[in-house]
Amino acid sequence: MKIPLVEYFSYPFVWYLLIVGVLVSLCAALFGVVLILKRFSFIGDGLSHVAFGATAIATALSFTDNLFLVLPITVLCAVLLLKTGQHTRIKGDAAVAVVSVGALALGYLILSLNPSSSANVAGDVCDSLFGSFAILVLTPFDVWVCVILSLVVIGLFILLYHKIFAVTFDEDFARAIGVRASLYNLFLAVITAVIIVLAMNLVGSLLISALIVFPALSAMFLFRSFKKVVLCSAILSVICAVIGIFGSLMLATPIGPTIVVVDMLCFGLCFLTGKLLKK
Amino acid sequence: MSQIICRDVSLGYDGQTVCEHVSFAVETGDCLCIVGDNGSGKSTLMRALLNLKSPQAGEILFGDGTRQKDIGYLPQQNDSQKDFPASVFEVVLSGCVMREDFRIFPGKKSRRSAKDALREMGLSDLGRRPFRTLSGGQQQRVLLARALCATQKILVLDEPTAGLDPQATEEMYETIRRLHRELGITIIMVTHDLSAVVRLATRVLHMSHLPTFYHNVEDYCASADFPRRKEGTNEDPAC
Ligand SMILES: Nc1ncnc2c1ncn2[C@@H]1O[C@H](COP(=O)(O)OP(=O)(O)OP(=O)(O)O)[C@@H](O)[C@H]1O
Ligand SMILES: [Mg+2]
Repeated sequence: MKIPLVEYFSYPFVWYLLIVGVLVSLCAALFGVVLILKRFSFIGDGLSHVAFGATAIATALSFTDNLFLVLPITVLCAVLLLKTGQHTRIKGDAAVAVVSVGALALGYLILSLNPSSSANVAGDVCDSLFGSFAILVLTPFDVWVCVILSLVVIGLFILLYHKIFAVTFDEDFARAIGVRASLYNLFLAVITAVIIVLAMNLVGSLLISALIVFPALSAMFLFRSFKKVVLCSAILSVICAVIGIFGSLMLATPIGPTIVVVDMLCFGLCFLTGKLLKK
Repeated sequence: MSQIICRDVSLGYDGQTVCEHVSFAVETGDCLCIVGDNGSGKSTLMRALLNLKSPQAGEILFGDGTRQKDIGYLPQQNDSQKDFPASVFEVVLSGCVMREDFRIFPGKKSRRSAKDALREMGLSDLGRRPFRTLSGGQQQRVLLARALCATQKILVLDEPTAGLDPQATEEMYETIRRLHRELGITIIMVTHDLSAVVRLATRVLHMSHLPTFYHNVEDYCASADFPRRKEGTNEDPAC
């Protein structure tokens, strides 16, 4: 791999990868801040396993495009998890554990029973858990779907920014002055599901939480106003994604783990900077 | 005319009743103080007034052009915001999100009223400070400023001075008195501080399983609900 950096830009797949990587990590970072502050990040973790299970089912049914099955299932589970977390006797985090472990087991079982993928079950599973090299063969259609969904997610975040802040900072107060907080919680759960499905191709279902959690936490070490944290989280996430993508191309490493490692390094750096700044 | 009327309201959780037959009316310009032991249901009643919780029985009515969202709220202190990254101005501005000129982004009016509320609370210099680096008293005043942004009609304050030192407590009551007397805001306040009740209240609700409503402070002071000191010590001079 001795290709100079600029050479990469002549390949369309590199462009696709960059577009998808930047948009997905941007979405994850924006909503990551909210999910962490609302203590919802565990839902994200559970949903990523659901997305894995759903992918297995879609593969077994040999869907032409997994997205059309995975997205509805994940969104449905997001809504269910949110509802159980609020109302029933099963505590929210326990419900998430039940669903995520169940989906994981079911997904692996279906994949291993499925005759069409019997050649390389371990490889398939590994791909969907840690991100596949299939991201290198993204079709223009995949890219378009991803671009549209991401832009919708980012647009909604900007439009609802102030209401989201109010509901996140103090749900009771927001409710009291007439904000329909439960609608916003539902919206958050659905958006989380969408982000997870989008991110799944990029980094794989086990690593999605990293995209959601690391940039947001890193930004919180550095800044103490909501707007700055959101902006910083978004910028860090995009930078890490770009570095990770080029890193993985040059070192011929899997993309998902490479991006996540860059995120981790950034996290460590921000932690230290935060400590130094406070002194 | 009555802004809020509570008629024979019962409150509770999961079928267990905390208090029953709560009846009272809040007139425009009142300062209703709600007193009672820990766990007697004061915060629960506040949540019912704010429509965060529905009563098991009875009804809560609004009159005199009052709507549910005309009630501003200062919650009983909670720790959930302790590590929240937010500047003081962001917190206060979040009180404006339901105003007419605040569609997607804050309009000029909303921004100005957030600034005014900060000034009203004596916090003008702190707007850019992170909320969590303020002292407890300052945080309470920021949250009061946020409530003021939401409404200028009715404020519901749940133990506004809990955890404040005597100086800050005094300042807080002075602020509340000013909001009540000068801006004519109706105040509904939960407090354990009898001197504040005597000083500020125009009506008193004593919470227990069967709460009693007093139309004025003198009635409350003369009643058996008023905690008297033992023989030999001075009674509160105001009563
Ligand atoms: N979420 C809840 N679920 C079940 N029971 C609750 C809940 N919140 C409060 N309670 C019960 O309702 C009763 C009234 O609680 P509430 O918080 O209204 O009391 P309070 O008068 O505000 O007390 P304090 O003076 O300590 O603030 C208590 O016995 C409490 O145990
Ligand atoms: Mg209380």
